[in-house]
Amino acid sequence: MPASVISARGLVKHYGEVKALDGLDLDVPEGTVVGLLGPNGAGKTTAVRILTTLLKPDAGSATVAGFDVVKQANSVRRVIGLTGQYAAVDEYLTGRENLMMVGQLYHLPHKWVAQRAQELLERFDLADAADRGLRTYSGGMRRRVDLAASLVAHPKILFLDEPTTGLDPRSRLELWGVIDELVKEGTTVLLTTQYLEEADQLAHDIVVIDHGKVIAHGTSDVLKDQVGGDRLEVVVTDAAQLGIAAGALHSVSDSEPVIDEVNRRVSAPVSGGSTVLVDAVRALDAVSISIDDLQLRRPTLDDVFLTLTGHVAQSQEVSAPTSKGRRRGRKEA
Amino acid sequence: MSTTTVQSQVPKPAERSAFGWGVHDSIVVARRNLIATLRNPELLFFSLIQPVIFVLLFAYVFGGAIPVPGASPEAGADAYREYLMPGIFGQTVAFAAASSTVGVAEDMSKGIIDRFRSLPMRSSAVLFGRTTADAARLILVLAVLSLTGLFVGWRIHNGFVQATAAYLLLLLFAYTIAWVGVWIGLNMPNTETAQTAGLLWLFPLTFMSNAFVPLEGMPSWLQTFASWNPLSALVLACRELFGNPTGQIPGNTYPWPLEHPIWYTLISCAVLLAIFIPISTRKYRNSTSR
Repeated sequence: MPASVISARGLVKHYGEVKALDGLDLDVPEGTVVGLLGPNGAGKTTAVRILTTLLKPDAGSATVAGFDVVKQANSVRRVIGLTGQYAAVDEYLTGRENLMMVGQLYHLPHKWVAQRAQELLERFDLADAADRGLRTYSGGMRRRVDLAASLVAHPKILFLDEPTTGLDPRSRLELWGVIDELVKEGTTVLLTTQYLEEADQLAHDIVVIDHGKVIAHGTSDVLKDQVGGDRLEVVVTDAAQLGIAAGALHSVSDSEPVIDEVNRRVSAPVSGGSTVLVDAVRALDAVSISIDDLQLRRPTLDDVFLTLTGHVAQSQEVSAPTSKGRRRGRKEA
Repeated sequence: MSTTTVQSQVPKPAERSAFGWGVHDSIVVARRNLIATLRNPELLFFSLIQPVIFVLLFAYVFGGAIPVPGASPEAGADAYREYLMPGIFGQTVAFAAASSTVGVAEDMSKGIIDRFRSLPMRSSAVLFGRTTADAARLILVLAVLSLTGLFVGWRIHNGFVQATAAYLLLLLFAYTIAWVGVWIGLNMPNTETAQTAGLLWLFPLTFMSNAFVPLEGMPSWLQTFASWNPLSALVLACRELFGNPTGQIPGNTYPWPLEHPIWYTLISCAVLLAIFIPISTRKYRNSTSR
């Protein structure tokens, strides 16, 4: 097992009454991608902000590349790159000027920075727009400039805080491609996301946190196995019948069915393959419940989430949150 | 997206003292702020036009109504216009603090501040860059204002050296008050509040001074305040250096700041900088982005 390049022990952070982190432990082995997964307000962003020296923890300690994030903040800053939920770039500058400014603030020689900026602009498909102000860029382009900016000094460790929040599907796929490449080149990545699909796609290891604590840890497969076998999902027509439906499904399920009121859905872990479907239909029919959908499927990370945290993760299908919601989310997260 | 992998080596940073890097980083940030100003021509235009409107309003609306003490009665409105211009200069550099307040509050509300904080730069450079850029922008504003002054009849009577000293004093004051503005900006919860609060204190500061009217007409408590207001000293210093009417009657005794306006301006700036640079940098380091 390679050594940890990011290591946190017992991190605690309060915002007034709110406990954002409540003794968080985290290890990220060199050259891997660890996905930090959790609902809004779970403490993901707070964890990243502490590890990237933007915030001081109230208790606990953390090292990045062997440097203490509080006592050796500047050494940490030399080896990390950070891309946050909001494009951390200047909108009045051009793409090239943004990268140049960042390079200069790393105290790198002007000529080298100019060459590096050109490389990155080409790599991120921004060469044509390089000398236009960022105000003319699309959201996806800004994120790419932002990611490029965090790569100027060849960081060994990259922090990606919800890098694809608010991006359209095409830009998201593009960004995933870039992250994949960086990992192949040996970059260690700590990624936070609310998108289970994203964690599934990118991360070797997934750390699920809620209320500022780690509640599960493992590869995506390990986590899915924890949840158990197949899932039976029933969407009822009338939300008022959810309770009755759950009761009816009790006879076919392995454990207590879970009710998701928002989606009028009852899901239950089952075993026994497709005969379960027949039994389920009979059980529901016996109590005269009309259904919109019925399916049997393999567990997803959503199920992991639901089982572990008791609430549904925000899934890909949910439309981009409003800016107000995002701002609030950031403060709490 | 292209798939070329990049594996160039990162060169070692050049050798420079901590102070040297502080200056370097401040210049990089100041440059960024000045570029933002130049790329926002509408804002630049209106920030230039505002003091010009003030000159025209005061010169022609109040010009005939306000007698300048110590000036010959025949001079009338002409004397007031010459008296007025240094006051407008002073008011303009003071009001520039509002743009520092708003600029800092805006930066703090955006992601760019996280970028700055995650870089191995001198963190105070973000504020030094802001104040430097704000003072530098005033060079252009003062140039436009001076031309407007010449148009309404204001003149420089004392030659190049003293006029340069007056402009330098104005820029020093602009830089100083920008730090006060920065501190206010750092304490504001959002940009909207910063816009209002950043301006509010500047009205009493500029109007409770000798910038537009002689002190003689004010109630005595106000006269005391206005005499010790650093802006009064700055404006008086400029009047003396440009050779404009000072509004003071020869032979009368005035409070110390008005007897030694250049010294009092320099001392005020030094004291304010000694207070606001440390408290602002500390506030910046301890506050997270919003």
